[in-house]
Amino acid sequence: MLRFAYLLIAAMVCLAPAHAQEGGLNALLETHRAKIEKPSRTTISPVLEELVDSQLPSVAVFLEQWREKGVWQRKSDGRFFFVKKTDNGQLMLIDADTGAEAGLADQSELTNLNPNSGVRAVIAAALVQFQLSDPDPARRLQALTALARDANQSHLSILQESVEEEIDPHIKARKERLLRLLEIKFGSDQATRVAAIESFAGDPGVDARAALNPLVATSVKVFDAQPEGVNVARTLTPGSDIEPGVAYQLLVDAGKARPIVPLAERKRALIANIKDGAVAGIPVAELASQEARDRAYLALAASGAVPALVSRDEQRSAVASQVFAEVYSEPDPALTTAARETLSDISGTVGFYRFVSLALDGLSLASIYFLAAIGLAITFGVMGVINMAHGEFIMIGAYTGYVVQQFIPNYTVSILVALPLAFAVAFMAGVALERLVIRHLAHRPLETLLATFGVSIALQQIAKNIFGTQARPLTSPSWLDGAWALNDVVSVSYIRIAIFVLAVVFMGLLLFILKRTRLGLEIRAVTQNPRMASSMGINPDRINMMTFGLGSGIAGIAGVAIGLFAKVTSELGSGYIVQSFMTVVVGGVGNIWGTLAGAGMIGSLQKVIEFFNPSNTLAAQTYMIIFIIIFIQFRPKGIIALKGRAAGD
Amino acid sequence: MQQRSLFARQPSVLIFISLLAVFTIVITVLSEGFGLGLVSTSFIKILGKTLCLCLIAIAMDLVWGYCGILSLGHFAFFGLGGYMIGMWLMYERTKDIVITSLAGAELPATAEEIREGIGTQIFGVVGGAEIPLVWYFADSLFAQLALVVLVPGLLALVFGWLAFRSRVTGVYLSILTQAMTLALSLYLFQNDSGLRGNNGLSGLQNIPGLTHLPQSVVSVWFFLASAFALGAGYLLAAWVVSGKFGNVIRAIRDDETRIRFMGYPVEAYKLVVFTLTAVIAAIAGALYYPQAGIINPAEIAPIASIYLAVWVAIGGRGRLYGAVIGAATVSLLSSWFTGGQAPSIPLGFYTINWVDWWQVLLGLGFVLVTLFMPKGIGGLFDRLVRKDAA
Repeated sequence: MLRFAYLLIAAMVCLAPAHAQEGGLNALLETHRAKIEKPSRTTISPVLEELVDSQLPSVAVFLEQWREKGVWQRKSDGRFFFVKKTDNGQLMLIDADTGAEAGLADQSELTNLNPNSGVRAVIAAALVQFQLSDPDPARRLQALTALARDANQSHLSILQESVEEEIDPHIKARKERLLRLLEIKFGSDQATRVAAIESFAGDPGVDARAALNPLVATSVKVFDAQPEGVNVARTLTPGSDIEPGVAYQLLVDAGKARPIVPLAERKRALIANIKDGAVAGIPVAELASQEARDRAYLALAASGAVPALVSRDEQRSAVASQVFAEVYSEPDPALTTAARETLSDISGTVGFYRFVSLALDGLSLASIYFLAAIGLAITFGVMGVINMAHGEFIMIGAYTGYVVQQFIPNYTVSILVALPLAFAVAFMAGVALERLVIRHLAHRPLETLLATFGVSIALQQIAKNIFGTQARPLTSPSWLDGAWALNDVVSVSYIRIAIFVLAVVFMGLLLFILKRTRLGLEIRAVTQNPRMASSMGINPDRINMMTFGLGSGIAGIAGVAIGLFAKVTSELGSGYIVQSFMTVVVGGVGNIWGTLAGAGMIGSLQKVIEFFNPSNTLAAQTYMIIFIIIFIQFRPKGIIALKGRAAGD
Repeated sequence: MQQRSLFARQPSVLIFISLLAVFTIVITVLSEGFGLGLVSTSFIKILGKTLCLCLIAIAMDLVWGYCGILSLGHFAFFGLGGYMIGMWLMYERTKDIVITSLAGAELPATAEEIREGIGTQIFGVVGGAEIPLVWYFADSLFAQLALVVLVPGLLALVFGWLAFRSRVTGVYLSILTQAMTLALSLYLFQNDSGLRGNNGLSGLQNIPGLTHLPQSVVSVWFFLASAFALGAGYLLAAWVVSGKFGNVIRAIRDDETRIRFMGYPVEAYKLVVFTLTAVIAAIAGALYYPQAGIINPAEIAPIASIYLAVWVAIGGRGRLYGAVIGAATVSLLSSWFTGGQAPSIPLGFYTINWVDWWQVLLGLGFVLVTLFMPKGIGGLFDRLVRKDAA
């Protein structure tokens, strides 16, 4: 107990000098009044340093208030206060040092300090060291994020100290990572910097690459002889590593060669030297070719009227006499070597994660195509007809979702209602189409194709007339916002995961219906041999109708899913129809696994092509379709083809 | 001998050609450019374009109605033909403009400067100044006219060879041709396709070398050219379908397998028909777009080719005059309804505005024709003549 008391006293004695220093914060502020009144990015730094060095406990609060424009200055004596609003409109002054109330004042007696954003950033940086040891973990994390964005040399030691005190393991890990990043940037000791660089080997974080890339930045420089005393990345041979023209321009820029007279300038010189309808004796009318103009210019140059041209040989010998090299801006070769090796290691890891990301993208696209195409595949398989209005069933599903959201404001509930409702509406539409049109066109597949196309344009226009041409939103519930991120390279949005789950669920459901129910048995029978099935007592008309309804219903579900990430328009379905056809054709008809294979192949193929040509998704689709046309050469019936009699047309 | 037998076997040819001739002469006499001025230039252009559409409908009828290949890609060949002639039209016209603008310069322009000027003029809109390699022949009318036939013809040949040799038939083939069309239009939509991306080629109504003539005269010339092409196309198609070749392709339509087992090279026959019709489509396109004045990739979109099939189906497949009737009726009705000239129908609670409802009418009408009039409008003639022409 006594020992504790001693400790307490000792602590107070230690702290005492800091507290008592020259009359506290107010006195310190007084000495720098002019600079605090009119701060600028450059002049404020020494003031802030002195404030922080004073170790006064009230400094952190003051800096924070200052940054938030909460510091006021009394006009009469120039002292700084915080203020609090009172009921009678006056402001209650609060002492910046002690926090005690210091009397009322009118607003007119005070000026608000309003530092600009540049100054506020400097203040924020100075505040970091207080925030890094803040008791609130959320604020510590905030400070780390701010620091990662904008750090300077002084933060290195501050961060180092705070790492040792950190108790939260998660924050400690982040602090250590940031510390290593800062060591790479600002460290003074070569060994620690190299160690810090090498510690990032295989790290896919963007921040690691951002810290390392400046170290390996190079620029091309010209030297009279083999360069010495600089960190050379590689020497360049003109002609193979560097264009001779570019090399010569570098010489010109370095003042080591005469500038080339550009074409436009030569033309201007010719125009300026037109005398009596001729340039250097050559009539203007003859100057309609570059050779003639060159001749005229050379004649002018010979007479000294214009600067002479630099000949090819002169350029070549000038370039040959010099050494061109890529030089690191970082002078220490140990650092650049370490950084280069680490970066190449990172690029391996990043490549792997890119591949993972690509695979996930492909999977997500495949699940969309699967949902969009499976209905088409089933109806095509059972009835041998292509339903051109399939895309419009997708659209109907999406609009159903939109209408449901107009009545049910809760997005979670509305999606749960919309999915079965979209299925029901599209199912009814499909059954109606089958009964009214397709049944009457049995055994005329090409005419079915065209008749359903007629239905398709009619439905599209009706949707346009009802809902207008502008896109309607189908808002996803908030728990589907955002993305699941594995690291800086791999992230998948929750909506895409949800669609993937939906696709898996419906695949399971369809497999169950087809393999385990009476309806499925009959559907498979009609798919394989309609006449035989009919003679076994199966009513093919009923099966056709049910199949068509089922396929259309799933299209409706797909519509809700697609509407969640794309805008709902009357053209929503037609955007997917060709891809759906491709999926069916590539996969093979009448088979869930075939559609799955087709969707997987088309989805991943599209993503792979987009990966190699990211700026141009149109070209990606073109190449994909060409690929599919070629693919059909080798497997005309798709990946999984029906065998036996059913395969006949 | 051949001539007489052709007209004897296809009596519609004589009737059609004479009707077309009378129609052409009447319109020319009534036109602003050459006669009484009762028919406006813009209507002449509409008629001229319709004749081109009738020509491609004949091609479609040949490939679908007679050979049973439902191609959803013939409008791509039509568009390609338009692009090929459009390149020459745009290049030469831009060249004239550039030369005129450079004529005032102090130094006479060099060939490079003219090319650069043309490049900036044409491709500035897609952020380029280089003239792409595909424009290599753009300064030669004869080369581009050859390309009108060669490019779509080669594309059809290669595509058809790939598709037919792997025995892609029926709806599969339709989807594949649709995919080809989509691929082509998506490719042309890119800015770096070398054909000005979604801007397409424009100003095609100005014919280089004929700029001194008013549009009223040029439009009649194109109208006459289109009518001539339609007549020649009709004659060619009638000749093709009336001989032994025609019998074989109709037999392929009805039972491909049986014809193959009888020893006919089915693939070769189909390939010939497919390529020939692609070339006819391309020529129709090359005549159509100078009258339309502008071509862009949206014209090639798969939907256009499906509409083409719709025209032929409504007009009546397997009879050449049916294709002409279908294309003329539907395309003229379409421009009448969507042009806002059709009177709205007030229903009290709702007013049917044809600009909005024409597509619905067309779609449903198309379904009804398919269901109840599988022979189309042309089928009505059969009833009158009481004879099966196909």
